[in-house]
Amino acid sequence: MHPAPSVILFTALSGLGFGLLAFLGLGLPDVTGWVAFVFFAIAFALSVGGLVASTFHLGNPKNAMKAFSQWRSSWLSREGCFAVAALISMGLFAMGAVFFGQRWSVIGWIGAALSVGTVFTTSMIYTQLKTVPRWNQPLTPALFLSLSLGGGALLAGQVRVALVLLVLAGLVQLATWRVGDRRFAEAGSTLSTATGLGDIGTPRLFEPPHTGTNFLLKEMVYVVGRKHAARLRVLSMIFMVGLPVVILATDPGHLTAAIAVLSHLVGVLAARWLFFAQAEHVVGLYYDKR
Amino acid sequence: MTDLPAKTDRKLGLVIDLDTCVGCHACVISCKGWNTENYGVPLGDADAYGAAPSGTFLNRVHTYEVTPKDGPAQTVHFPKSCLHCEDAPCVTVCPTGASYKRAEDGIVLVNEDACIGCSLCAWACPYGARELDQVAGVMKKCTLCVDRIYNENLPEEDREPACVRTCPAGARHFGDFADPDSNVSRLSAERGGMDLMPEQGTRPVNKYLPPRPKEQIDVLAPLLEPVAETPSGLLGWLDKALEKL
Ligand code: SF4
Ligand code: SF4
Ligand code: SF4
Repeated sequence: MHPAPSVILFTALSGLGFGLLAFLGLGLPDVTGWVAFVFFAIAFALSVGGLVASTFHLGNPKNAMKAFSQWRSSWLSREGCFAVAALISMGLFAMGAVFFGQRWSVIGWIGAALSVGTVFTTSMIYTQLKTVPRWNQPLTPALFLSLSLGGGALLAGQVRVALVLLVLAGLVQLATWRVGDRRFAEAGSTLSTATGLGDIGTPRLFEPPHTGTNFLLKEMVYVVGRKHAARLRVLSMIFMVGLPVVILATDPGHLTAAIAVLSHLVGVLAARWLFFAQAEHVVGLYYDKR
Repeated sequence: MTDLPAKTDRKLGLVIDLDTCVGCHACVISCKGWNTENYGVPLGDADAYGAAPSGTFLNRVHTYEVTPKDGPAQTVHFPKSCLHCEDAPCVTVCPTGASYKRAEDGIVLVNEDACIGCSLCAWACPYGARELDQVAGVMKKCTLCVDRIYNENLPEEDREPACVRTCPAGARHFGDFADPDSNVSRLSAERGGMDLMPEQGTRPVNKYLPPRPKEQIDVLAPLLEPVAETPSGLLGWLDKALEKL
């Protein structure tokens, strides 16, 4: 799948933002006034910034309001609804903390739950796609959730929790890669099933349907840059989990904590790039390219 | 709502005969023509006369070579357009309700006025039957020529999809699969109509007829034997003249 920068930024930033919102909603850390203002500003900048980035991927954004209508069947629509509900309730909660020095805990819990729900619905947009076997597995939501909560804990300054969650996210990421590498073969789609010609013999592409490129090839048959995948996996793991965990374990100050956050973000962006670039869509079979 | 209808009254779709398709791409062109000149925004092209042209098509013809265990390879031309699936994953993923499957005849359509161009439906389709128009920013797909098949302004014989009407080899057939006696149901039953990628669980309406086995074609071979062993007429004269040399 084409690793569009807008979608990579969206999933990575909003994942972090909603993770942070979830912790703030639970009162971790229990902040008010100016300190609360800074925390919420970061959380909203990340979550809203991510959502705005996602609209750059749309061909026709003027109809965006309609995307809230199909929550009964569509995970993308559900994500929109969850995101707006989470932002509204956390906005209220933030108002209480920043301006009135109050912790309206019920609203905070609801907001935290909705924030986690937003990350889950985002992950389900990818998980539901049978056409992309690598994503179509239960570890995909586990990965999105553990990364979002791990990063959220890191931003919220919850050292112990962050340490545990980041290690967990690292393990889930390793498992996702392991299982993911086998998924296409397990799903069982081949050029034989795609053309139905398998009963006669072994089919191969003789002539493609068009000489130039098209939307399908650009969007879903992305094959550039995969040869560095193994190295990028190692690097993303070091930045996403390794370095932040080492820093957290050594009782960080403000500056080192900031380095941990940046390192984590860089790692997540690299891993998210791989999430798309390594995902093979079954339509590639028709083109004898994956 | 982008829920799928529990059941459609009719199941309109195509039978595509892989035995007779000659790979001429006439259906590709007639489809592009009809759907650019009629319903919805035109099918956009980019750099059409330049070095790297690309454009939106609702129907494309691949060509494959299939090699049996024992026997020579054979070429199979493979037209592919939307299969109007019964369990269409492209419909349920749509956040806006722009994608829908009609309860009356099962045609899967996009309401371009509601589409946000998120491409998720194209991601959900296993067959590459949907293309985001790079000029208009909205999703395009085969409409089963809904603006022809019910169009009373067209002469009766033109009330079928443009690709079916135009195919010089008669490789595309249009009809109602809900009716077991329809042309398409009978063709599919007689010739073993296949689903593409059945493991994806989409339950396509369109069926593909496999190429006929080569032995079946050989029953005609005896009819092609030479009728006279000794040449007569001009050939006979030539034969004799050459022998004398
Ligand atoms: S072929 Fe693709 S676009 Fe057409 S109904 Fe099936 S899944 Fe949807
Ligand atoms: S591209 Fe349009 S039709 Fe397809 S899922 Fe998005 S809004 Fe629906
Ligand atoms: S039915 Fe119409 S829209 Fe569909 S492939 Fe044929 S010509 Fe194109």
